[in-house]
Amino acid sequence: MSATPNNNGAIPLLAATGLSKLFGGVVALDKLDLQVFANQILGLIGPNGSGKTTFFNVTTGIYPVSAGRVVFDGQDITNLSTQAVYRAGISRTFQRSRLSLALSIFDNIMIGNHKRLNQGLWFNLARRDAFRRQFEESFEEARELVQVFDAPLADRMFEAIGGFPMIDRRRIEICRALISRPKLLLLDEPSAGMTQEETTELMDDILEVKDRFHGLTIVIIEHEMGVIERITERCVVLNFGQKISEGAYQEIARDRLVQEAYLGIE
Amino acid sequence: MTAPQDPRSLAWTIGAAVVVVLYVILLLGVESQLEIAGLLAAGIAAVAVAARFGVVARLGRFLGERDALLNTLVVAGTLVVTAFFHGDAFVLLLMATVIIYFIACLGLNLQFGYSGVLNFAGAAFFGIGCYTSAVMTAHTAVPHLLILFAGGAMAAAIGSILILPVLRTYSHYSAVITIAFGLLFKIFLEVNDALGGPQGLRVKGMNVLGWKFNSNIDIGGIEVSFYVNYIVLGLVLLALAFTFVRRVERSWIGLNLDAVRLDETAAACFGLNITRWKITAFTLGNFLIGLAGALFAMMLGFIAPTNFTFGDSLILVSIVLLGGIGNPWGLVVATAILIVVPEKLQAIQEYRFLLFAAMVILILLFRPEGLLPRSLRAYFPGWRTK
Repeated sequence: MSATPNNNGAIPLLAATGLSKLFGGVVALDKLDLQVFANQILGLIGPNGSGKTTFFNVTTGIYPVSAGRVVFDGQDITNLSTQAVYRAGISRTFQRSRLSLALSIFDNIMIGNHKRLNQGLWFNLARRDAFRRQFEESFEEARELVQVFDAPLADRMFEAIGGFPMIDRRRIEICRALISRPKLLLLDEPSAGMTQEETTELMDDILEVKDRFHGLTIVIIEHEMGVIERITERCVVLNFGQKISEGAYQEIARDRLVQEAYLGIE
Repeated sequence: MTAPQDPRSLAWTIGAAVVVVLYVILLLGVESQLEIAGLLAAGIAAVAVAARFGVVARLGRFLGERDALLNTLVVAGTLVVTAFFHGDAFVLLLMATVIIYFIACLGLNLQFGYSGVLNFAGAAFFGIGCYTSAVMTAHTAVPHLLILFAGGAMAAAIGSILILPVLRTYSHYSAVITIAFGLLFKIFLEVNDALGGPQGLRVKGMNVLGWKFNSNIDIGGIEVSFYVNYIVLGLVLLALAFTFVRRVERSWIGLNLDAVRLDETAAACFGLNITRWKITAFTLGNFLIGLAGALFAMMLGFIAPTNFTFGDSLILVSIVLLGGIGNPWGLVVATAILIVVPEKLQAIQEYRFLLFAAMVILILLFRPEGLLPRSLRAYFPGWRTK
């Protein structure tokens, strides 16, 4: 294990050790050691191209790792398929919202509920009464979840998501990630494309959700330093795929390396 | 909860159904090319006017929540038209062909409309069903109804070989693989003497417990064409296939297929096994196409490789594109247009591919979702939140 602060001896929920990812000659992640502790919100910051999203993609199995290990909740998830990572309890959102715009809010959320729904052919096609019960239960659950974010939205569950503004899409994308009750939620720049007020509103929602889902751990990639300062308990700063600093926002903001690399202060 | 009763809309709907049935009878009945062209123009104009005044949309909304009513109206309408033309073999053959193509297109719709797996070898899978039924009726004593399902199973089985290269490629590359398969299939038939080579094969007519489908029926002195048998059986199979496809769509399976089509990466991040769902859609789709083929061969009584060209595959794909990708009802309209119009309007028979191509291009340009666009998934139509 690396010599990073270990949060009073707690065992991290997610631990990357010596994690590297190379795209040809480009080093996207360079022997990264990163720990995420349970029940915390960890901010992942750094300049563009510093490897934040790559870290998400490697963790969730979209890219295979080049070297190193990722352990989640006691299970080695290095190079597991995206499907297996999801089943293990990690859900994510995407930098450029990847909702299916032609589908309804409910449909989009149910895509995220895949592992908890009965996917058997016989169940789905022949046992319509049983299917109906599962459908109605899932609907109530999804509606309650959406209500946490925005009550009016919960009355429009069967409208196509393509007709909603960006903030609602972000909300639904987070709902899609949360419906399966993951242990770890990875948020990739949830404020992208939104106004200051919308961002504030969305962050309130995220904090409320974290309160409701006891034991939810969040990693958030964010460029808005105000957001990071407000909602994270710990931050990790990346530059050129390496960790250059970590700690509470106040600490890293004072860090000279961080200032040079990121905050733009000479 | 069910949708509230609405007697006025119900009356309007039944009125509209009567008008449509009368129109279809007229269109199928007249012979003069000028009258047919006039009727087609009048039909298009009437639909355009009705759409302009919101009648089409209102009917769609009303029927959208009343599956049973719509299904009943369509089956009843078909039976009325069949009864009207009970002695006219040409018209009945046309109707039976539309029904059988509709079943095949439901299969294609599962593949292409839901999971996004392109299949430009529809005619080949249709042909596999045809040849299965030719060989099995000639050489085995298997009950003919079971042979229909064997035709479907055969198409599904051969499709499961083709799915391997299809899964390893993306979008248009996999489309090219299916095109190659379709061409190979036709060449295979032409050089295969056991399957009749280019001359083709005779197929025995459907025989259910001594009821010979291919002989005319005499009901109280009225001569009824044998095609009525195939229309009735076709309707039964169609009802089964339609219910099946509808249930697929209105379940988590349909949602999975949509998710795979719309964004594979996002779907994979939520645990969907992309391969599993593509194989599911491809196999189930081919089963329906093969089933339709098996019935078609028995009805025609004779099949040859020239029935299963790339052009025929394109017709099937055009039907799905034209009708409204993912909307089973759109397929009825499109099948009727693409099968009936060239047969009735002999003047355009030779140019039909040119015309189909033009129609598909126009649709893709101005109405990319097809004539009857698919609506959002309603798992249980008419279901209201409490």
